[in-house]
Amino acid sequence: MTPEMLSLSNSPVWFVGIMLVKLLVVFTVVMLSVAYATWCERKVIGHMQTRLGPMRTGWHGLLQPFADGIKLFFKEEIVPSSAIKVPFLLAPMMILVPALITVAVIPFGPDIQLGDFMVPLQITDLNIGVLYILAFAGLGVYGLVLAGWSSNSKYSLLGGIRATAQMISYELAAGLSIIAIFMLSETLSLRGIVALQQQDLWGVCSFVPNWYVFTQPLAFCLFLVAGLAEINRTPFDMPEAESELVSGFCTEYSSMKYALFFMAEYANMIVIAALTATLFLGGWSAPLNIAIFTMIPGFIWLLAKVYFMMFCFMWLRATFPRVRYDQLMRLGWKVMLPLALANVILTGLVVVILQ
Amino acid sequence: MFKEFAKGLSITFKHLLPGHSTTVQYPTVKLKMSDRFRGLHRLVPSQDREKCVACYLCPTVCPAKCITVVSAENEKGEKYPEVYTIDMLRCIFCGYCVEACPVEAIEMTGAYELANYKREDFQFTKQRLLK
Repeated sequence: MTPEMLSLSNSPVWFVGIMLVKLLVVFTVVMLSVAYATWCERKVIGHMQTRLGPMRTGWHGLLQPFADGIKLFFKEEIVPSSAIKVPFLLAPMMILVPALITVAVIPFGPDIQLGDFMVPLQITDLNIGVLYILAFAGLGVYGLVLAGWSSNSKYSLLGGIRATAQMISYELAAGLSIIAIFMLSETLSLRGIVALQQQDLWGVCSFVPNWYVFTQPLAFCLFLVAGLAEINRTPFDMPEAESELVSGFCTEYSSMKYALFFMAEYANMIVIAALTATLFLGGWSAPLNIAIFTMIPGFIWLLAKVYFMMFCFMWLRATFPRVRYDQLMRLGWKVMLPLALANVILTGLVVVILQ
Repeated sequence: MFKEFAKGLSITFKHLLPGHSTTVQYPTVKLKMSDRFRGLHRLVPSQDREKCVACYLCPTVCPAKCITVVSAENEKGEKYPEVYTIDMLRCIFCGYCVEACPVEAIEMTGAYELANYKREDFQFTKQRLLK
């Protein structure tokens, strides 16, 4: 008898219990990654600028995230007198929540057998997984705009407006670049996409898995750049541009509300890195089909890929200056969008011809 | 364009490798000051007393007017400074007092960690300057 998939209908108690465990584990891993991504970023950028980064709190500053957290927690909570109170308090949450929610559809391992049931290592397998992620990424911008608007300050408003324009223009390019993936995979479920990427490369080379980065290198590059722009990372950090907008939308925020913005930024980074890993780099599957690699559990491969992508984001931040606003718009509409469209058409043609 | 991108990335990556940091971990590691560094003053002692003969050239030349000297005569009939105080809050570390001194009784050391908690602690008396 093949064990059936654990679901709410065949064993409600087990299902809820295991779901809670999965939620807790994923949340803890994401939050710890967020905390240590800040440390890592300061270290990496510090060394790239021939500095050392944090060194005083613990061994090589390893306790720095906790020191920062405690400091921000005890800071005075300031709400500007002319701010619009409710949206002002709501905005940081509206940024963080979509960032954390999107992790739910990322698969982090193969199905495992627990007793009589199969348990998927994924919080939930939506059959429209990628649409869900894009939808929540789109919701994230509301937080930025609300923060900018409700602060009632010029710089914040400018930051918020920039955020809207930027997110809308790059969402298009990002969405179009993933469409090429769906044309190959014919499914929107991230689980299905990972399963397809475990097959042999182009059906011939059994040594290398069929990662979509080999089939769709252009889509990979476009998605990376658009992803960077969508999570407002340097070189596309126009909404917060500290040198021109005094931190943009988060100028008026202090204490834990400010910390929430930063948590959201790093959580978004993790989401984009995880999404890139899942869509293009085979998710939790091993990079080569050899025994030593496939023995290592899937979640380690996923984490390794995610951390590698995040290192690349930090590396890009340390290297490139911020682009000007008109350059950003030109890149989005006149370069990325046509390239993504051309890629979709080309992929369609190839798919039709091969059929 | 992409060549330049790659070049920039390779430069930053090279700096990430160990041995490229130029930071000095200040309170635990200190740089050696140059011999000509103008730090805290020091009154040079001779055999049994300070070299200073209380000629008043240093308070005269001092642009910040931070040196107070009161001269007196000892039992051997030599002039010596009964009071010699430098107000470090006013001193601009220009070194004119050292230049002006005819008997080389004052010099500047490399000491630069002069922060303190009370205003009185910045009054460097003769005893402190002789150390």
